[in-house]
Amino acid sequence: MNARINPLLVGFAALVMIFLVAPLIIIIGASLSDTTFLTFPPRGLTLRWFENIFAVDAFRSTMVTSFQLGVFGTLLSLLVGIPTAYALNRFRIALPRWLGTVYVLPVLIPEIVLGFSLMKSMIIGLGVPYFPGLLIGHALLVLPYAVRVVSASLASFDFSIEEAAISLGSHPLKTFFTVVLPNIRSGVIAAFILAFITSINDVSVSLFLTGPGVSTLPIQILAYMDQFFDPTVASVSVLLMLVTVVVMAGVEATLGLTFLTK
Amino acid sequence: MTASLSLQSVSNQYGSTRVLHDLSLEVAAGEMVSLLGSSGCGKTTTLRLVAGFLSPSSGRILLGGRDLVGVPAHRRDIGIVFQNYALFPHLKVVDNVAFGLKQRGIDAAERQKRAGTMLERVGLSELADRYPGALSGGQKQRVALARALVIDPALLMFDEPLSNLDAKLRIDMRVEIRRLQRANGNTALYVTHDQEEAFSISDRVAVMNAGRIEQLDTPEVLYRRPGNAFVARFVGYENMIPMRVVERDGASVTGEMAGGAKLVLSQDQFGPIPDAFVLAARPDGLLVAGAGNGIPVVLGLRTYLGRTYQYRCQSAVGELVANGSVEAQDGHAVLVPVAEQCCVLKPESR
Repeated sequence: MNARINPLLVGFAALVMIFLVAPLIIIIGASLSDTTFLTFPPRGLTLRWFENIFAVDAFRSTMVTSFQLGVFGTLLSLLVGIPTAYALNRFRIALPRWLGTVYVLPVLIPEIVLGFSLMKSMIIGLGVPYFPGLLIGHALLVLPYAVRVVSASLASFDFSIEEAAISLGSHPLKTFFTVVLPNIRSGVIAAFILAFITSINDVSVSLFLTGPGVSTLPIQILAYMDQFFDPTVASVSVLLMLVTVVVMAGVEATLGLTFLTK
Repeated sequence: MTASLSLQSVSNQYGSTRVLHDLSLEVAAGEMVSLLGSSGCGKTTTLRLVAGFLSPSSGRILLGGRDLVGVPAHRRDIGIVFQNYALFPHLKVVDNVAFGLKQRGIDAAERQKRAGTMLERVGLSELADRYPGALSGGQKQRVALARALVIDPALLMFDEPLSNLDAKLRIDMRVEIRRLQRANGNTALYVTHDQEEAFSISDRVAVMNAGRIEQLDTPEVLYRRPGNAFVARFVGYENMIPMRVVERDGASVTGEMAGGAKLVLSQDQFGPIPDAFVLAARPDGLLVAGAGNGIPVVLGLRTYLGRTYQYRCQSAVGELVANGSVEAQDGHAVLVPVAEQCCVLKPESR
């Protein structure tokens, strides 16, 4: 084999890497700076801005809210998404083709439009309180991941396995839990992770659905930056990144990262 | 436990298309009946109706005298062997086999014992703790067979169980299936598109076409005395020669075909011959000869079959396929019918 690599290509790849990685390095550097303003390279090293996150009430409470939304919003979306994906695959021939697309809409329409319309209909129209509103909003936002990723798993599931179980005397509902679900487990886990990360990092939808006393971490970061410009913002960003990295490392360790891009 | 199966005027509709037309079928207890037909003939639909995965639009399905219509699939006590095996990928082989026993509330120790015994019978004892993903096609099919047999169902059904296996294994497996079904005495319904498979494995075969049973008989009768042209073609009568009787002399009948050629046929061999009839012949039912009581043809393309040669011949009734020896060369010849490989059909049959 005689592989020749174009030097231009190497240069281009390097540039892409720099653009992808450099901002992360700058943020990490800035979060450690012993100054009261954001700066890079850091002057002096300190962890006090990380301590400051937990000292600021608003960060602490919004962190809890974000985590709750991530977990429960995702669970809610799976509760709707798994049966939906099942029906879409099981009855594929009988169902119209466009039906599957409907469940991807929250990804297709601009998030800002989704956020605005949810605010208009739920918060203003129906007077839904902020937290349930956010929960529904986040569940809706991540529903496409639940439906699509579980669908991908079900697409390779042979439904005659389900029929075999039924013919052997297993009730159809019981069959779903004992035969179908165990065989799409990895798809459900992947859907949970993708949905959780999307929810934790969401700004656009949350922006419209938060209100006095109820906010999410990314929204709080924006609000904080309006008033202060100290490295706390950088350290909280690093924290969000860490959560994502830890979750991804978990995926890598259990299923392999290629699993998510399949 | 084994039971007789009875389908009484069962119809099925998919949208506005009728898939089954008033289908009636009786399978005696312990008998194995095959549904034989090409894809779309309704054989799989029939199986799914009996299994309870589809509902008939009219008619009754009785298993051991019990009407199955309205009984959900999981309460029908039917063991099914699927074409693609349909093993549970997340369960070990032994647990796959024990699955049906578990649904019947049999305790774990007894389940393991019975599943183990059944695996022994299909020769897979040493694979009990493997997962299905680690098995070959033939092994998977044995597990599927064991899984269906271990519950000793009122009815066993096979949905093209061998079509994913290679030729050699197919023959081994069909002997195996027949042996186990006989030994257990299960009533069985076997769906296939392979004529040889259906004939070798069944007590009786139902040849299906367009949602109807064309003929239901023992393989021997189907092979020698097909009831109509469709069945005849299906079992290998490739040549159809329309004729009419021009002279009767005791048992011997002289028939004339298009183009004026005459054949003398004996009713002792063919049974009663109506005034107008179709002479159906397998390729080895028309022997290529230099002269004699035969159909005049021009020999065409010759292919080698091992035991014999096969010729595509031009005749007054179109192309005929006949077998012959190497001596026969291109050019004119006659085809002499061999009574054992020919049959006489009524002309009105399709």
